[in-house]
Amino acid sequence: MKRTITRLLMAPSVIVLLLWMIIPLSMTIYFSTIHYNLLYPGSTRFVGWLNYDFFITDPAFLTAIGNTTLLVGSVLIITVVLGVALSALIDKPFFGRGIVRVLLISPFFVMPTVNALVWKNMMMNPVYGIFAWIWQSLGLTPIDWLSTYPLFSIIVMVSWQWLPFAILVFVTALQSQDHEQKEAAQMDGATSWHIFRYLTIPHLSRPITVVVMIEAIFLLSVFAQIYVSTNGGPGYSSTNLAYMIYNQALLQFNVGTASAGGLIAVVLANIVAFFLIRAVGKNLTV
Amino acid sequence: MSYLTINRLQKHYDNYHALRGINLSIEEGEFIVFVGPSGCGKSTLLRTIAGLETSSSGKINLDGQEISELAPAKRDLAMVFQSYALYPHMTVKENLSFALRLAKAPQTEIDEKVRIASTSLQLDTLLERKPKELSGGQRQRVAIGRAIVRQPKVFLFDEPLSNLDAALRVQMRLELARLHKQLGTTMIYVTHDQVEAMTLADRVVILNAGQIEQVGTPLELYRQPKSRFVAEFIGTPKMNLIPIDQIDNQGDRLALSVGGGKTSFPVSRLQEDINTNSTLGIRPEHLALVDSDGDLSGHVELIEHLGSEAYAHVRLSNQQRIIVKAAARSRIKDEQQVHINIDTDEIILLNDSDRVISMIAEETVYD
Repeated sequence: MKRTITRLLMAPSVIVLLLWMIIPLSMTIYFSTIHYNLLYPGSTRFVGWLNYDFFITDPAFLTAIGNTTLLVGSVLIITVVLGVALSALIDKPFFGRGIVRVLLISPFFVMPTVNALVWKNMMMNPVYGIFAWIWQSLGLTPIDWLSTYPLFSIIVMVSWQWLPFAILVFVTALQSQDHEQKEAAQMDGATSWHIFRYLTIPHLSRPITVVVMIEAIFLLSVFAQIYVSTNGGPGYSSTNLAYMIYNQALLQFNVGTASAGGLIAVVLANIVAFFLIRAVGKNLTV
Repeated sequence: MSYLTINRLQKHYDNYHALRGINLSIEEGEFIVFVGPSGCGKSTLLRTIAGLETSSSGKINLDGQEISELAPAKRDLAMVFQSYALYPHMTVKENLSFALRLAKAPQTEIDEKVRIASTSLQLDTLLERKPKELSGGQRQRVAIGRAIVRQPKVFLFDEPLSNLDAALRVQMRLELARLHKQLGTTMIYVTHDQVEAMTLADRVVILNAGQIEQVGTPLELYRQPKSRFVAEFIGTPKMNLIPIDQIDNQGDRLALSVGGGKTSFPVSRLQEDINTNSTLGIRPEHLALVDSDGDLSGHVELIEHLGSEAYAHVRLSNQQRIIVKAAARSRIKDEQQVHINIDTDEIILLNDSDRVISMIAEETVYD
């Protein structure tokens, strides 16, 4: 009896959440099996696997998969390595630590579009960007970052955006590290490097897992930075899966193929999540 | 020259004077206990000896070598922490061997030392476990083992038993005493528990507000405290302190009016004069309940039965409260009128600046 009432009371929210997930998913599945192009209104004939076939055989597909992997992997490595190093550096008290911490965290509050605009126009612009000025004052020829190293530029922007998240998690984790353990190690003859290597890094293994998992989920769908800065180009050199789907749906008006691409992305994300949890998830169990 | 000498040691924090000139000599093989109330500086003193805190001034000498400026690892000391501070992701074996591995000792030597330490602490079967899989007592033993493996000149213990439950604490206390006997190494032990101090120590150092109040064997401190602080700090329940109302010199005996009653002892016992600002101190076990004609009288407010003994909380005729030790099965009831005798051989007298006035023991006088 009690159980029935609990379930009844829970039902509205559960049902709303379920519909929230089921309706878009089933509509996407439906769209992916029909011929649905905004340029041909009225044509909704069933085409079976044709949309999937079309998406996978697109010359951009493999490039996009490669770019996505490279982007996610590089940003993860950069944010975790730099994040651990910077957090360890600002763990000890020093003059102005509060301000330094705020400055380190602040990029996280910048919107991705603004982030991309700042990097594109103020940092990487070959004429009046900061980098161009540095290169010129060293007597070198300024580099047009966005067209010469497009994917690298995107990686820099996204890393800048996500480094604060890693630092935030690691700084908090470092504060929970037992002080007496460090002192015990000190008495045992450990240097600062030994303490970092044998105590701090193992202590951070869980936070690192958390950062990798959360960032991986968000980084698979990076879009704004690409849209604002390189538009996926030149060619397909900075197109990732999310941008490719956008390209299909809103530049080529092919909703059917874009839906198929979306579902492929869902499957790929689940495969990544599966291996990620298998590989690092056991770190999370007590 | 003794083994460990601390000379005029001072420690200032930003606006707090934690150690105010500590002088202390410790002999090789002694078990020294630092005891005192919270914030008295006992842990700071231990951590300064360990090198985890730097001293503001003063010198520490160990075995003929000045160590006050050395790094903690170079001082040849090992410390057991209150939280045990085991390395959580290392097995017991790795915890025990960490210092030796850092020092790049040969593997055979490491194995041998770990084997000896783990055998003597009954850790042999736990070597492959992680700290979180151990009980409190086992963790404590690993922490001690980690110190033993290094074969230091002095062991430092920072309230090592305070995280254990009461039964285990008694057991570990005995193990520590046994360990000290077996190793014969100098040990310095910090605690706020006076039972640990009394049972373990060769000598106890009582600290108060950053200064040493008194150093002595447990019995010395119990029987001949030098100040009101030590007199009150050592002993459970506390020593009764009763203000002296009137002093009556009756020739060879001195009669004191205290707590609405009277007591007297030979004048010749006193080494210096007393006045009415003095206080009389007497422990609960040196007061006896008698049927009539006691030195003091009052009524029982509460009686605490501990099984092996009982403590009667008595309100004297002048309203002062004192504690009297009574026999385990005494028939005393609450609110009962009682008479109390004072064992004058065991009294101490405090002068108006809270120092103990020296007295000759009664039997010496009669000899």
